[in-house]
Amino acid sequence: MTRERHYIPESRQREKPKSKYFAIGHSMKRVEDTRLLTGSGTYADDVSLPNMAHAAVLRSPHAHARIVSIDKSKAEALPGVICVMTGAEAAEVTGPCADFSSPPTTQHCIAVDKVRHVGEAVAAVVAESRYIAEDACELIEVEYDPLPVVVDLEEAVTSTGDAVLHPERGDTNVALQRTITFGAVDEDFAAADLVIERRLRWPRSGGTPIETVGATAHYDRGTGKFTIHANTSMYNYVGWLIAVSLKVDPHRLNIVPTDAGGSFGSKLFCHKVCTLAGTLARAAGRPVKYLEDRIDNMTSGDAHGSDRLYDAQLALKRDGTMLSMRLKVIDDYGAYFQYGVGQHGNAMAQVTGPYGITSVEVDLTAVLTNKCQQGAYRGFGSEVGNFVIERLVDAACEELGLDPVEMRRKNLIPKDAFPYIMPTGNMYDSGDYHAVLDEALGMIDLEGWRKKQAEARKEGRYIGIGISTCQERSVFSATEFWMWNPNETPGFTLSSSPESVSVNIDPTGKAFITLNAPFWGNSPETMAVQVLAEKLEMDPADISVGYADSDKGFNSSGPGGSRFTVMIAGAVSGAADVIREKMLRVASHMLEADPSDLEFRAGSIGVQGVPGKEKTLAEVALHAHYFRLDLPEDHDLTSGIDAAYVYDHPVTTMPSEDRSDLGIFYPIVGHMCHIPVVEVDVETGKVDFLDYVAVHDCGTMVNPMTLAGHVRGGTVNGIGSALYEHFHYDESGQLQNALLSDYLHPTLMETPVDIRVGHVETPSPFTEYGIKGGGEGGRMGAPPAIAAAIEDALKPLGVKVDSLPLTPKVLRGMIREAEANGGG
Amino acid sequence: MAEASVTLTVNGREVSATVDPRTLLVHFLREQLQLTGTHVGCDTSQCGACTVHLDGRAVKSCALLAVQLEGADVTTIEGVGGPDEMHPMQTAFKENHGLQCGFCTPGMVMKGIDIANRHAAPDEATIRRELEGNLCRCTGYHNIVESIAAGAREMSG
Ligand code: FES
Ligand code: FES
Repeated sequence: MTRERHYIPESRQREKPKSKYFAIGHSMKRVEDTRLLTGSGTYADDVSLPNMAHAAVLRSPHAHARIVSIDKSKAEALPGVICVMTGAEAAEVTGPCADFSSPPTTQHCIAVDKVRHVGEAVAAVVAESRYIAEDACELIEVEYDPLPVVVDLEEAVTSTGDAVLHPERGDTNVALQRTITFGAVDEDFAAADLVIERRLRWPRSGGTPIETVGATAHYDRGTGKFTIHANTSMYNYVGWLIAVSLKVDPHRLNIVPTDAGGSFGSKLFCHKVCTLAGTLARAAGRPVKYLEDRIDNMTSGDAHGSDRLYDAQLALKRDGTMLSMRLKVIDDYGAYFQYGVGQHGNAMAQVTGPYGITSVEVDLTAVLTNKCQQGAYRGFGSEVGNFVIERLVDAACEELGLDPVEMRRKNLIPKDAFPYIMPTGNMYDSGDYHAVLDEALGMIDLEGWRKKQAEARKEGRYIGIGISTCQERSVFSATEFWMWNPNETPGFTLSSSPESVSVNIDPTGKAFITLNAPFWGNSPETMAVQVLAEKLEMDPADISVGYADSDKGFNSSGPGGSRFTVMIAGAVSGAADVIREKMLRVASHMLEADPSDLEFRAGSIGVQGVPGKEKTLAEVALHAHYFRLDLPEDHDLTSGIDAAYVYDHPVTTMPSEDRSDLGIFYPIVGHMCHIPVVEVDVETGKVDFLDYVAVHDCGTMVNPMTLAGHVRGGTVNGIGSALYEHFHYDESGQLQNALLSDYLHPTLMETPVDIRVGHVETPSPFTEYGIKGGGEGGRMGAPPAIAAAIEDALKPLGVKVDSLPLTPKVLRGMIREAEANGGG
Repeated sequence: MAEASVTLTVNGREVSATVDPRTLLVHFLREQLQLTGTHVGCDTSQCGACTVHLDGRAVKSCALLAVQLEGADVTTIEGVGGPDEMHPMQTAFKENHGLQCGFCTPGMVMKGIDIANRHAAPDEATIRRELEGNLCRCTGYHNIVESIAAGAREMSG
């Protein structure tokens, strides 16, 4: 395909991958662990301020209704209650919540006039204790006037009148409709020997970390300034929008990050809880803590994942060569639209997968329904794309009688084709997909399993083997959030998504790194320490890490889109260059040698080729801090050693005006191959894992131990999405499973005894040291592989897997139906 | 609301307190004693993040009232080992990468010690069965099982 107007910017990589590292690549034990293991972490609920009061929220039992009246007098009269706020009262002082869609949907931290989903806040109580606040909620009397409820995504396309959630956006629940064509789709379909068609359903699930979202807010009347402690992220990127909601200037809001007890995307912003806590603290005249309980989080946490129906087509040649795809998708966004269709921007980064497909058409309809709105969940929409394309590939194998491994091998992009521009215009920076496939096949005894499968079938047991070969795009760029927006209302077309750190060397030569984004369950401190230790050849034990609040922090988008390791490696590396330069300058005076003749040795700086002629980092640091003016004249060499560095996204280009080319926006692309072996109990529908191999290529590995942890954890999230998890709304819009007792995470009994993890390392030519992101990968590869394994197991019955999750009940139903149709 | 008094031992120290009778043990520990290492992850006693030891056995502290514990002996994660003298089970979690976000971890460690106390060399199946009431959303459990096996070995050796 010709792509004259597309260009690949020159790489800004400064640190090339090496064959031998000082600190990178080691499975160093985590820096974060000691405090977390001894109960010394500070999570959202661990913040306690003097004179602090507690809030609880009254939530709507209706999915869609007008609020006719609210009587809060009984609640206000309850001893221990400080104040009760309705949405109308809150709206007098606080504006709508931040929203990135264009045009935006209007969401308030407490609903005004109308509720749009079950669990939406209707009133909030501040009291001396949470117990009293909850009691008071029960005393608030609300009269509702129910409106028609929309829960079905296809019905949402045609709803009008009172069933429309946001009439100010027009008489429709379609939030966005757009078709984009990349490459010669019609020609490719005309040239095809065969078109595979499938209707595929991806269910609504969510990150649902064990810790919910919480904020403790304080409003200082004297200075007019808010301080909000919360387990939020992106607070140094878009946190100022919370100040806008609270109607103060951004410099009058300081957001202090706490540790987050898991996120998986769900705590990407958490602006609503922060806005609510701030609003209540200002009204109460006291610090206020609000922590979601589990039902709050599940019904109104703004973090449900993709909920999509696909009509998908794959055009192929008879020999299995994949040519083109047509995807028609409806996505149920719920009641609000906070990130627009960012999840579909994301999916465009790798919509044609790891295969040499040259054209694709995507017809997207985003609808609004009476459910909790979508947010981010590990994959942010791309995991669904992986499921769709892998299901099509498996269906094609079935149709053409091709082996799923050989079919993939034939279509995988060859390693000499990188950097590779895929049809949407995104770049795959590097890869060796065949090596990943071979590594996975080398780790599993496929032939042995095929034999066992045949023997088991004779005994009436159903064993199946599945495979997926999927992309793992990493390091998001901001354009994904707006590229689908209508040309007339493109919204805020930002392009920056930087990350920054500062590094201080103390007078004893030890280092302190300040991150400007939070700990949300991954290993940012360990990553930063390993990269700085590498750059300065320092003992990792001599480096510690902290987190800046928004008063002191700067330009950091934070974790998300598998970007954090790559981005902080870039920022730490940049800051370390400044530190190195300064240390060399100071040492050159001390050693009376030219800086270019000096080198870093483990823990010191010495003259190249002259063993023993050196100064320790501690000596250099002490000198820089206290004896600068003893040194010879050296223009602009100042006392101390510190650096702050902003690292911009390594490679981004802008989408074209007509969006036939989306530009480069998610270019650091890893790859994975998952091969699960399952046994399906046809009597109960229960799925057991007999083996599981997951091989990932995330470029240069900073820490193989933590990367494997992400792969395993992500894979188990994927098992949840494939087999158990589904936010189930009934037709009246009631969420049927808002507790961990009925929204089923995989427990130890449902997870493989061992997920055997393998690695291939194809360094990125664009990032420092060639690192790629790996935070989401497991969940992006597991669901299609598990679907394939189950379909393979139940092949004798003729069961086809087109939708998830395959709960025991669903599987039993499918098996029963297959048996009734004469299968088996 | 009538207040009730309760006297119990927490992490080896006797504590006397006045509480609202409906106060859950987990809230008593976290809010009245500021022992915030014990976490709350659910409303329905599913997750196990709140696990502490009551008279030497692991219990979910969200499923007990503080006033039930007159004369009881309670140990929380803070009583198990601090940063400078970690318990072998805590060390095993660090060595085996048995935690990511750390939110389930105090509960896992407390349950792990309980398992090790009752089984000299617990095998993988025993650990999995015993841990069924503890949820972790981050790790996929594999390394938690390894950590507990290693911690148990260390404790018995
Ligand atoms: S908080 Fe006790 S089990 Fe979840
Ligand atoms: S480590 Fe995060 S929930 Fe277990």
